[in-house]
Amino acid sequence: MSFNNLDQLYRSVIMDHYKNPRNRGELDSENKLVINMNNPTCGDRIQLHLQVENDKITDAKFTGEGCSISMSSASMMTEAIKGLSVEEALKMSHYFSEMMLGKDVDEEELGLDLGDIEALQGVCKFPARIKCATLAWKAMEKSVNHR
Amino acid sequence: MDEALIKRHFPILDQEVNGHPLVYLDSGATSQKPNTVIDAISTYYKEYNSNVHRGVHTLGTMATEGYENAREKARQFINAKSTSEVIFTRGTTTSLNLVAQSYGRAKVHEGDEIVITPMEHHANLIPWQQVAKLTGATLKYIPMQEDGTLSLEDIKETITDQTKIVAVTHVSNVLGTINPVKEIAKIAHEHQAVIVVDGAQSTPHMPVDVQDLDVDFYAFSGHKMLGPTGIGVLYGKQDLLENMEPVETGGDMIEFVGLYDSTWKELPWKFEAGTPTIAGAIGLGAAIDFLNQVGMDEIHAHENEIATYALDVLSEVEGISIYGPKKRGGLVTFNIEGVHPHDVSTVLDAEGIAVRAGHHCAQPLMKCLNVSATVRASFYLYNTKDDIDRLVEGIKKTKEFFGHVF
Repeated sequence: MSFNNLDQLYRSVIMDHYKNPRNRGELDSENKLVINMNNPTCGDRIQLHLQVENDKITDAKFTGEGCSISMSSASMMTEAIKGLSVEEALKMSHYFSEMMLGKDVDEEELGLDLGDIEALQGVCKFPARIKCATLAWKAMEKSVNHR
Repeated sequence: MDEALIKRHFPILDQEVNGHPLVYLDSGATSQKPNTVIDAISTYYKEYNSNVHRGVHTLGTMATEGYENAREKARQFINAKSTSEVIFTRGTTTSLNLVAQSYGRAKVHEGDEIVITPMEHHANLIPWQQVAKLTGATLKYIPMQEDGTLSLEDIKETITDQTKIVAVTHVSNVLGTINPVKEIAKIAHEHQAVIVVDGAQSTPHMPVDVQDLDVDFYAFSGHKMLGPTGIGVLYGKQDLLENMEPVETGGDMIEFVGLYDSTWKELPWKFEAGTPTIAGAIGLGAAIDFLNQVGMDEIHAHENEIATYALDVLSEVEGISIYGPKKRGGLVTFNIEGVHPHDVSTVLDAEGIAVRAGHHCAQPLMKCLNVSATVRASFYLYNTKDDIDRLVEGIKKTKEFFGHVF
């Protein structure tokens, strides 16, 4: 049986993040940023905890429930943004949005380490699933923009 | 019933999606349209498009006749006493909001109760939350049994002399539960309450007789019963509608307009402000003709057969949870262990099978079922047992796929 198209969407690295999410949980610190976000059309929801010190994201964790795409994307994002400045994280988020729209993007130009995120590139061919992939990023954007 | 013959009337079903013949199992969201409906709309626009109830030219008369004939067809379809009781709206949501905003806000006061159920679609829930908040009334829920049904004892216990409105769905869009609307109406009336019924998932699939059910308001949508989007009906008993204020005012709904005051047209036009969805109503009329030709009893029996078959074969697949009672309307809601409904839906779509995944506009019910989302396969007159076999194949492939990527 061939699942060529689906294999592009559900890359093994995505399924690994879904099954073994990184940074799942909550931060203990008092001055953490906490934001809840959900996708009202499907019921996916995420709670994102960020530790921002001197405009730098020093820690990130998440809880929530949803499909493999939304949860793996959250897991990958928390890995990728840890250690970035807020400005860099927003730049990466913009890059990710462009990638989801199927635009030609250049990682070298971004100058930041995307980690596993590139595995989500296949999502752009499944328009109904783009919102799943961007949920965590929208939460991160809202969180740092409303500090 | 010869489904293969019926399928041929629906041009959209004759196509491949993602390299596979389309299996459409999302009629609970919206039904497909037969050629006769598409042609009726097209003929209206090509040959007699005009505004209704205005002017005296020939096309205007034809459009008015087409629009009002559709109303008569809708009246017969649900056996209302008179066309005065058949108001055209944008759909079920608009119909239910009309009752809530006009009747609800005027008749419900602080200390009164509005009774609903945990299986309501958001369209028959949020309008009543709003009325309760505005008036200071209490929103009460008839508890739901484990199997997704309501018990008569609970219904009797929940409806009291303080209850002014009982709002209930005829068929649940998630569980397929068919609620005992006639019995609920009787109990509501014993307490001088009115009953408002969400008929979005019943009217397309089974014979509905509003006089026999003795309901006060009944709402349904055209697009779920082979008609176009943007048209629906609110049925209301004449004496109730006559004593209700319009929610929307403006053109077409007036009798006399002065500088400081105006009077309304008689029923049903009092509730139809502005240019109505003329093509939509004409399309709905054609849809009703099609349904009548097949026969609502036949359609109900056919869907029953398909749903029973689906329940039988799906319950044999390992790792599937099925929600809802055994006796149900034409839909099956389920989850596959370990695979999120979105992911199920994406794999099925790759196989050309269209199902719905999500919370089905029933978030409180999802909470009751203790899930965040489910997969729903919903059936109509054009679905066959082959479609169900394809679904089962698709589910097996889904399991295999996620088995191999994990």
